[in-house]
Amino acid sequence: MRLKGQTRTVDREFVAEVESEIDTAVAACYQCGKCTADCPLSFSFDYTPNQILRLMQLGQKEMVLRSESLWYCATCYTCTIRCPKEIDIAKLMSVLLIKARQEGYVADHKIRLAQETFVNSVARYGRIFEAGLVGTYNLKSGDLFNNADIGPRLLATGKLRFLPHRIKGRREIRKIFDRLRSSRKGKR
Amino acid sequence: MTIKYAYYPGCSLESLAREYNVSTRLVCQDLDIELVEIPDWNCCGAAPACQVDHMLSSALSARNLALAESFKLNVMAPCPKCFNRLKEADLEMKDNPDHLREINNLLEKPYHKGVQVKSLLQVLYQDVDRELISCRVKIPLEGLRVACYYGCMNARPADINDFQNPEDPTSMEEILAPLGAELVDYPLKTYCCGAAFGLARVDLVLRLANELLEMATLVGADVIAVACPLCQQNLDLRQLQVNARYGTRYNIPILYLTQLMGLAFGHSSKELWLDKHFVKFRKLPGATQAVSSGAR
Amino acid sequence: MRIGVFVCHCGSNIAGTVDCPRVVEAARGFPHVVYATDYTYLCAESGQDLIKTAIQEYSLDRVVVSSCSPKMHEETFRRAARQAGLNPYLVEMANIREQCSWIHSDKEAATRKAIDLVRKGVFKVSRDQELFPSFFKVNKDVLVIGGGIAGIQAALDAAQGGHRVTLVEKDQTIGGNMARLDKTFPTLDCSSCILTPRMVDVAVNESIELLAYHEVEEVKGYVGNFDVKIRRKATYVDWSKCTGCEECVGKCPARIYDKFNQGLGRTKAISLPFPQAVPKKVTIKKDFCHFFLKGKCRVCEKVCQFEAINFDDQDQIIERKVGAIVVATGYEAFDPIAYLEYGFGKYKDVITSLQYERMVSASGPTMGHIKRPSDGEEPKTIVFISCVGSRDRAKGRSYCSVACCMAMAKQAILTKEHIPDSTSYLFYIDIRAGGKGYEEFVDRAREEYGAQYVRGRVSKIYQKGKKLVVKGTDTLLGMPIEIEADLVVLAVGIAPPQDAPELAQKLNISYDQYGFFVESHPKLRPVETNTTGVFLAGACQAPMDIPASVAQGSAAAAKALGLLAKDELEASPIVASVEIKRCVGCFKCEAVCPFSAIQRQELRDGIMVSNVISTVCKGCGLCGVACPTGAIKVNGFTDEQILAEMEALLL
Ligand SMILES: Cc1cc2nc3c(=O)[nH]c(=O)nc-3n(C[C@H](O)[C@H](O)[C@H](O)COP(=O)(O)OP(=O)(O)OC[C@H]3O[C@@H](n4cnc5c(N)ncnc54)[C@H](O)[C@@H]3O)c2cc1C
Ligand code: SF4
Ligand code: SF4
Ligand code: SF4
Ligand code: SF4
Repeated sequence: MRLKGQTRTVDREFVAEVESEIDTAVAACYQCGKCTADCPLSFSFDYTPNQILRLMQLGQKEMVLRSESLWYCATCYTCTIRCPKEIDIAKLMSVLLIKARQEGYVADHKIRLAQETFVNSVARYGRIFEAGLVGTYNLKSGDLFNNADIGPRLLATGKLRFLPHRIKGRREIRKIFDRLRSSRKGKR
Repeated sequence: MTIKYAYYPGCSLESLAREYNVSTRLVCQDLDIELVEIPDWNCCGAAPACQVDHMLSSALSARNLALAESFKLNVMAPCPKCFNRLKEADLEMKDNPDHLREINNLLEKPYHKGVQVKSLLQVLYQDVDRELISCRVKIPLEGLRVACYYGCMNARPADINDFQNPEDPTSMEEILAPLGAELVDYPLKTYCCGAAFGLARVDLVLRLANELLEMATLVGADVIAVACPLCQQNLDLRQLQVNARYGTRYNIPILYLTQLMGLAFGHSSKELWLDKHFVKFRKLPGATQAVSSGAR
Repeated sequence: MRIGVFVCHCGSNIAGTVDCPRVVEAARGFPHVVYATDYTYLCAESGQDLIKTAIQEYSLDRVVVSSCSPKMHEETFRRAARQAGLNPYLVEMANIREQCSWIHSDKEAATRKAIDLVRKGVFKVSRDQELFPSFFKVNKDVLVIGGGIAGIQAALDAAQGGHRVTLVEKDQTIGGNMARLDKTFPTLDCSSCILTPRMVDVAVNESIELLAYHEVEEVKGYVGNFDVKIRRKATYVDWSKCTGCEECVGKCPARIYDKFNQGLGRTKAISLPFPQAVPKKVTIKKDFCHFFLKGKCRVCEKVCQFEAINFDDQDQIIERKVGAIVVATGYEAFDPIAYLEYGFGKYKDVITSLQYERMVSASGPTMGHIKRPSDGEEPKTIVFISCVGSRDRAKGRSYCSVACCMAMAKQAILTKEHIPDSTSYLFYIDIRAGGKGYEEFVDRAREEYGAQYVRGRVSKIYQKGKKLVVKGTDTLLGMPIEIEADLVVLAVGIAPPQDAPELAQKLNISYDQYGFFVESHPKLRPVETNTTGVFLAGACQAPMDIPASVAQGSAAAAKALGLLAKDELEASPIVASVEIKRCVGCFKCEAVCPFSAIQRQELRDGIMVSNVISTVCKGCGLCGVACPTGAIKVNGFTDEQILAEMEALLL
C-alpha cells in the first residue's frame, strides 16, 4: 500500500514497537475523533490526534514522526480520558515525540530548545534556575525579547533568584545522566 | 493528631511560586499537618525530562522518593506536575520489577517502593476534616465569588489523580466551601492552560489563557483559585499579555487555594505574599479591614 | 458386538487437517470394529444412506460417527440409526472437527488426535445400552412475559393459533417503549396510531388473559408443564370498578417523577401513564402517596364516584400452568449519567432521545411543542449525538444499539417539521441504515430536511450563557468543530432492563455480559433458548427496531405453536436415575441439582431416598459427581462408560 505522493510504504515494525509501549493495538481506533474534539492544542496541529492514529494504522512512520502535532501536544490527557476505545493517546504522543527526537525529526526547534535548555539546567544544578533558563533560551533561540514584557515586573517581585541553587547531590544527578548515556550507547 | 509528610516543594515553589510555598506551609501548620522538607531534593524534570527521555524522568523522581523513604514518610507535593512525575515513577516502579531494577542502577541510593505520593490537593481533601477547616476560619470569605480551576494535571490522568473524578473533580470546591466563599460553576475547570509552551510558543498559551479568563468573567468570578504554579503564572503573569494581544481588559486575581485558606484563617495579605501577584487581589467584600489587621 | 465407524471429511473442514483414510485404517484395528469407512459429508442424505445401508448390510449393532460437534448433528445420526432399525442411543459421536481439525494445523498430530478420539468413541459405544424415551402430556397454554410490541404480537399470534395466553406485564399498561414514540421510521407513521389498535386487540381477545402490573415470581417445571407463580402488585384501586375517568388524578396532591414521560414533566401518585393505556386503570404508587407516607389525604377516595380506591389492597400470588413461555421484556434507554463530559443531569437542555420522543409527541408533556426544559424557549440549533451508551468500550457498552441512527434521522426530520427555521447537527461515527427503505430515509433527512451530518464524536458539552457549547470534530475535514446549541439530544442506547438477569435466573436461560438473553443459536435458532419451551422476542434478546421485534414476536409464537401442536412430548432418556439400594439419603444430589429435579421419596420402612423426576432432569450429571456412594448416575454417561473413554485415551 502506498499513500499518494509518499515514497515510503507501510512500516509494521515501527507500529508494533510503538504499540508495545502504549499497550494497545492502534487497530482499536475507529476514528471517532473524540480525542480531537476537545484537544486544547489541536488548532495548532498539522495532524489531529485521530489522524495520528490513522497514520499509525497505515504504518506511515515518516509522516507521523515529521508531524508538528507531537511537539504541540501538552500531554494534558483530555484525549485519553475521552477515548471510547481506551487508547492512551497522550502516551502515544509522548512516545512518538521521543522517537521523533531520536530519529532526528524536529518539527519545532524552539520547543526542542526549550525542553533541552530545561533538562540541561537540571543536569547542571539539580534544580531549575529559572532566570538562567529564560536567558539561555532567549540567547540560543535568538529571540532576545521573548517574554520581555513581563521580565522586569517579575524581577520587581523579588521572587526570581539571580544565582542558581546548586544541590549537594549534583554529582548523583550527573551520574544519572552519564549512566543513561552509556547504557544507551551500549544498546546501539 | 498531627499528620506528617515528607515535603517536596519543587523548583517553582522556590522561585516564581514562592507564595504557594509560603501559604502551603502556613495553612498546613494551621491544620496540624507537619511538613518535613526532603533534604537536598532535586528537580523532578517536569514535562521536558519525560519528553526527552522517560528513564531520565523516572530516575530523577526516584532519587527524591528514595530520600523520602529514609524518613519513612509519605511524600506530598503541591505542584501537580511534580506530583504527576513522582507518582507515575512510583507506580511504574511498583508495577514492574525490571523497571525498578533499571532505575536503581542509575541511582546512588536505591529506592525500595516504600512511600506513597500525594498531591497537596489530595492531602487537603482526604486527610483533613472539613470540620477542622471550618474551625480555623476567622474571616469568612463571604460574598467572594470563586472559580475553582484545576487545570489538566490536577484532574488527569485518571490513575494518578485517582482520588476524584477526572471529568468533574470537586475536591477544591469541597475544601473551599467551609471558608464561606461563593463557589461558581466554572465549566472550563479541567481545561489545559498550555503552560508547557510558555517559553517557546507564547502565542499558544495566550490563546488558551484568553479562553479561560473569558469564561471566568462570564460566570462572574471575583477570583480564580488554583492549585498549580504553572496555571497561576500563566493566568496571572500573562493576563497583561492576553489583554495586549486580544484587546481585553481582564483583571481577575489568580490565587492559590492555600492563599484563600490563609486569608480565611486570618493571615495577612503580606504573610501570604498576595502583593507579589501581577493582578492584585484587593477585594474581600465586607472584610477589608480584617484582611489588613489579620496578622497574628 | 459389531461396531461400525464412519469418518466424515466435512468437505475440507476436517479432511484439510486430518488424514481421514488413515483414521479409517486405524479404526479397523479397534476392538469389535467390523466396518469402517470415510465420506465427504455424512450429514448429507447420501451420507445418512451410507450409514443406514452399512448397518443393515454388516448387521452393525453399534455405530461411531466421527465428525462434528454432537450439538449440531447427534439428532441427525440417531434418526438415521433408528430408521435402520438400531436403537438410536447406540450411536456415539467423536468430534474431530471443533475439537481437532479446526483448532490444529499440524496434520500429523491432528490425525493422531483424531484416531484417539475415535478410539474413545469405540470404547464408549461398546458399553452403551439401549435406552428408550418416555412420553409426557403437554399443557397447551402459553405465557408471554412483557407487553411491548414484541410481546403483544406473540400473544395475538398464539391466541390466533387457538391457544389460551397469559400476558404478564410489569407496568400498569402494555405498549412498552413503542408507546413512548411519536412517529416511527422509516415511514413516519404515528406510533400510537399503529400500536393502539394492537393493544386493544389484546384487551378484547377472549383467549388472552392480560395481567398488567404483575410480575413473574417463580417458574418451575419443564417444557409442556411449567408451573408459574405470578405476583399481582397491589394497585390500591379496584380495577373492576375503575373506569379510568382520571377524576382522582386531577385532585391528587402528590406530584412525582413521570416514568412514562422519562422525567419530562411530572405525574401524580395516582395516575394513568397515558390516555390510550390498556388496561385503562389507575394505580397508586405507594412510596409517594401522602396517605401512605403521612397517614393523611385520601382525596382520591373521596372524589371517586365508583368507590374504586382500596387502601387495604395487598400483593397477591397467583398460579398458572403453561406449556410454553415467550419472553419479551424489551429494553430500557441507557442512562447517560455516566457521560459526565456531556453534562447530562447537570444541564437541563441536554436530554435523551427518548425524552425527545415525548417532547415531540402531541400527547406528551409539552403537547408536542419542542421547548428547552430550562426556559421553555423554542430551540433553533439542535445537536444530536449518536452512540451514547453504545459502541463505547470505556463505558462498558461495546455493542451497537441498531435503532438509534435511524431514530436520530427521524428526529431531525420531525424537528424541521416542527421548527422550520431550525438547524439540526447530527454527530455520528457511522450511519447504520441497513433495513428496507432505511438508507433512502436518511437521504431524505439530509436532502429534503437539511439535516447536517457531522462525522465525529462529541467530546465535551458545557454551558456558556444560555447556550451549550458542543465540542466535536469533523473527522472528514480533520478539524475540531464547535457549535453553540440551544438543545442537545443524546441518542441513547438500548440496554436490557435492570432486572433482566434476575428473570433469566428464574427461567433458567442464559444472558450475556450486558443482560441480553442468549438465543440457542445466533443464526439458526434466534428465538429459542437453551431451555426447551422458552422463547425470546424483541429487544430483550438484542437491540432491534420495531419491524424486527414484531417479526420475532411472530417467530416466537410460531415456535411455541409448533411445540404445542403435539399432545405428548418425548422425554430424553439421558437423565439421572437412582439405584435405591446404594442411596444413603444424604441428599447431596438435591443440593446441587440446578433444575430441582430431585425429590425425596419415602420407602416402606420409612427410610428416605432420592428420586429423580425424569421429565425435569436435564442429564447435566452434577448429582452423579456429588453422590458419595455412586447411587445416582446419568444414563448414557455411567462411570463405566466414562472410565472406558479414559482408558481408550490413556492406552
Ligand atoms: C429514542 C428511540 C426512538 C425509536 N424510534 C423507533 C422508530 O421510529 N422505529 C422503530 O422501528 N423503532 C424505534 N425504536 C426502537 C423501538 O423502541 C424498539 O424496537 C421496540 O420498542 C422494541 O419492542 P419490545 O417489545 O421488544 O420492547 P419494549 O418496547 O421495551 O417492551 C418491553 C415490555 O416488557 C415489559 N417488561 C420488562 N421487564 C418485564 C418483566 N420482568 N416482567 C414483565 N414485563 C416486563 C416492559 O414494561 C415493556 O412493557 C426507537 C428506540 C428509541 C430508544
Ligand atoms: S478517541 Fe480513540 S477511538 Fe476515537 S479517534 Fe481518538 S483514538 Fe480513535
Ligand atoms: S494530550 Fe495532547 S493530543 Fe491529547 S488532548 Fe492534550 S494536547 Fe491534545
Ligand atoms: S515541575 Fe516545575 S515546579 Fe515542579 S519541580 Fe519541576 S520544575 Fe519545579
Ligand atoms: S445504531 Fe447508530 S447511533 Fe446507534 S449505536 Fe449503532 S452506530 Fe451508534
